[in-house]
Amino acid sequence: MTTILLAQAIPQGVDYVRILPELVLSLFGIVIMLLDPFVDEEKSQKTLGLIGFAGTIAGLASTWYMAQSPGPAFSKMVRVDSFSVFFHFLVIAIAAVVILTSFEYMAVQRIRAGEYYALILFGVVGMGLMSSAVELVLIFIALEISSISTYILAGFRRQEAASSESSLKYFLLGSFATAFFLYGVAMLFGATGSTNIDVISRTLQAGPAEVLVYVAIALMFVGLGFKVAAAPFHIWTPDVYEGAPAPVVGFMSTAPKAAAFAVLLRVVFAINAPGRFWLVWVAAALSMTLGNISALVQTNVKRLLAYSSIAHAGYLLVAFAMTTPEDSSLGISAAMFYAAAYAAMNVGAFAVVSHFANAGERYVTLEDYEGLGRTSPLLAATLTIFLLSLIGIPITGGFFAKFYVFSAALKANLIWLTLIGVVNSAIGAYYYLRIIVMMYMREARREVPVTPVPFGLGLALALSLVATLYLGIAPNRVLQYAQQSARGLLPQPAATAPASAAQVEPAANIPRH
Amino acid sequence: MNPESFGPYILTWVTFAPLAGALCLTVLPRRDRDIRIISLIFSLLTFGLSLHLPVYFRHETSAFHYEISRQWISSPNIHYHMGVDGISLWLVVLTTFLTPLCVLISWKSVHDRVKEFFILLLILESALIGVFTSLDLFLFYFFWEATLIPMALLIGVFGHERRIYAAVKFFMYTMIASVFMLAAILWLYAHTGTFDFVEIRNQIAHVPGFPAAAQWLFLGFFLAFAVKVPLFPFHTWLPDAHVEAPTAGSVLLAGVLLKMGTYGMLRFNLGLFPDQSRQNAPWIMILALIGIVYGALVAMVQPNMKKLIAYSSVSHLGFVVLGIFSFTQLGLNGAVFVMLAHGVSTGALFMLAGILHERRHTYEITEFGGLASPMPVYAASYLFIVLASVGLPLLNGFIGEFLVLSGAFQARAIYGIIGATGVIWSACYLLWMYQRVFYGKVTRPVNNSLTDLLAFEKAAVWPCAVAALVMGVAPILWLNAIDPAVQAVLTPFVQMASKVVGQ
Repeated sequence: MTTILLAQAIPQGVDYVRILPELVLSLFGIVIMLLDPFVDEEKSQKTLGLIGFAGTIAGLASTWYMAQSPGPAFSKMVRVDSFSVFFHFLVIAIAAVVILTSFEYMAVQRIRAGEYYALILFGVVGMGLMSSAVELVLIFIALEISSISTYILAGFRRQEAASSESSLKYFLLGSFATAFFLYGVAMLFGATGSTNIDVISRTLQAGPAEVLVYVAIALMFVGLGFKVAAAPFHIWTPDVYEGAPAPVVGFMSTAPKAAAFAVLLRVVFAINAPGRFWLVWVAAALSMTLGNISALVQTNVKRLLAYSSIAHAGYLLVAFAMTTPEDSSLGISAAMFYAAAYAAMNVGAFAVVSHFANAGERYVTLEDYEGLGRTSPLLAATLTIFLLSLIGIPITGGFFAKFYVFSAALKANLIWLTLIGVVNSAIGAYYYLRIIVMMYMREARREVPVTPVPFGLGLALALSLVATLYLGIAPNRVLQYAQQSARGLLPQPAATAPASAAQVEPAANIPRH
Repeated sequence: MNPESFGPYILTWVTFAPLAGALCLTVLPRRDRDIRIISLIFSLLTFGLSLHLPVYFRHETSAFHYEISRQWISSPNIHYHMGVDGISLWLVVLTTFLTPLCVLISWKSVHDRVKEFFILLLILESALIGVFTSLDLFLFYFFWEATLIPMALLIGVFGHERRIYAAVKFFMYTMIASVFMLAAILWLYAHTGTFDFVEIRNQIAHVPGFPAAAQWLFLGFFLAFAVKVPLFPFHTWLPDAHVEAPTAGSVLLAGVLLKMGTYGMLRFNLGLFPDQSRQNAPWIMILALIGIVYGALVAMVQPNMKKLIAYSSVSHLGFVVLGIFSFTQLGLNGAVFVMLAHGVSTGALFMLAGILHERRHTYEITEFGGLASPMPVYAASYLFIVLASVGLPLLNGFIGEFLVLSGAFQARAIYGIIGATGVIWSACYLLWMYQRVFYGKVTRPVNNSLTDLLAFEKAAVWPCAVAALVMGVAPILWLNAIDPAVQAVLTPFVQMASKVVGQ
């Protein structure tokens, strides 16, 4: 018995394969940090950025390699399943696109700092780990890795007071929120005697839950609700997004959020968290409504998109309000699809915003977008497609994202929540439309320089555009993958649990088409 | 060419030919003349293709024709399912008929951002045809929303002074109403597992939970359509949109876009929820009657010619709704016929108003007077169209309104009587407007030098006049196809009635 336990405790080769993307990304991050003092300051930007981009490509490749050997690793602290593979792909791809958009931005803003790219990579390490960890303490550590990177990234416009304010606000409030999460973990440990999600799930299945469990779930929800910017924990979002560098906002409004949603999915559905229904219901309804209504009156595009991201967190949360296993499976896949679609369109939108902002982020108000349709038709058309996707117009990813979430909700008979959601998406149309109106229907009243789009940014825009349209025209493959992951995530009926899951998953991982 | 040679793809060709034209335009250099010619060619090509549909239509069956059904997305279960019956068939042809005329009427009047204008126009045509040909609720919703963006851009970019206000109002009104339809569609999908119109229609009655939800679903669909029609209290976006829209936008807006609403009621409200249609008919018919009378009265006092025509649309579309919810063979035939007739004659009226605006840059009726002497051909064409719109026998307006009113009488006499006053009102406001604009002495010297209809304007307006005449003389050509389709729509209502009699 002891020898078996010992054998399990010693990491095997395959254990390292199962955290390979994290290893590869950390390696590239460290290389960037080491090279930074040696390379020429003028050119360092480009070189280090390219290394960072190569790191994300290597990260994607190693994710693919990791996907070939699913299973638990490191004494069941980490589990590679199609769910974690999905989120690894997502956050690494977001990082790749954001790095591409950053080349030009860093040059224009005259920010010379190689560690920028290293921090993005380290952040991604944390986010990847968040999606594959099944041990609450490890989840907490991963959450901190990801958060600390983003706190620093938010302050990268060092000359600007707003950026430092953004960084500090994010750091103080974020640490406060993480403490809530940690407190919840501690209480859950007190109630169930374990921090392993599978063990907790089994313990909770066995008998009625104590009051402590409800408190623990609520506290963890507060912590994660802060990370995904869901109301009523959203107050920090507009200020932080307004001050942070635009590409970083594109990054932190999608990747850490996706990772936090991954954790939330695991906590809510794998544990089958009791008493979550009204928590989620209220948070979803509040986020959608407050986010959209506040966005209506914004004149700064970054603030507007910040409020829009709160609203989108609300739509996504609707998918968490499912209770029965069949509904939950639909909800999980809808939430995963939403995270992917939102990432594609929002990163794209912020790429345009960061290009357009110009030196010192001077041009970020709605009026600056007047006449863009005439001065730069291609850029305007691209932004229009991202905005239409954010509205949820068909043949864009944003439509199917909303579609899956709301149809799952209707299937679960959540009629009121769905109605609040659809009415909100109509309200939301107004402020996205305002940007389109500015671009096409008004003439520029003041001179706003439009610089040509450099290659890196062009590639980033093309990638986000293709992803947005791909998810809108042929959502099948991504959705099927998400559905398989959903099945793997849900607690199995006690008797057949481990064996069948292990057998079914690898085969099911390959989308048949 | 025989439609057999297209295989099952004829509807696909018709729907996407304008889109192909739009794609073609995007890569073309900005030489305005070429762009106009290419868009004219593509719109005429689409019209030619669409003529296959009525020519090879088999009148003896009421089933959907030229059907095609392929899986598009497996989860959710979305099919690329298209097909037309006698109702949608003619609406498709109406769309393809009006678009080349829109291209012609915009030939000279659009000189800024010409490329964008025609691209939007062709995209709009594709989306409109798609609305009428889709038999999958998802596909329908997709095309429905897809009409919104090009139309809002046409108004907002190419319109007149208050264009942005009008475009945003138009967009928000329709968008907010459509999300309720989306919610209803999602409910249907969640409970039947399919978006296919025919399948849903067949199994809807057996769906658990349907009786409780049916009224809400009916209202969800109805609200989206009522705003589009626009039915009486939801009509306030229409005058703004029309007055600010460029001429081609107005023509398609009045000619086709509004019919999406009435078509939707006919196809989805009546098709999926016959019981609820029956129950809700009284208040809907009353709203339709209010629309007829109110629209006409407001039209009468408009000082702005375009606004007058816009309010006349509110009145005419009231007839369509009245006919639909009379649930009689005559009434429904009439409703479909009024849709087509209104599309042709109001489309032409908007073109004529646009022609005048080109010359004087105003729509104010008081700015004109005595135009018959400087512009005789224009005046004659205008009179012809006005008479068609008023409902003079042997022209197209008469047939439809007559049928609708007969149907309304059958349903309830008082509805027919009130509706009939609408015909009188329409004569009043249109002829009065005509008199003020064209008769008497030329009141303003500037009007003396106005040029008469140019060749391309004749090419745009006269086909409408010819169509109005042919539709008035030989309505049977249209009703032949409409009648069996209407009968199919009415089947559940006839069964319902016989059940009531049997009890």
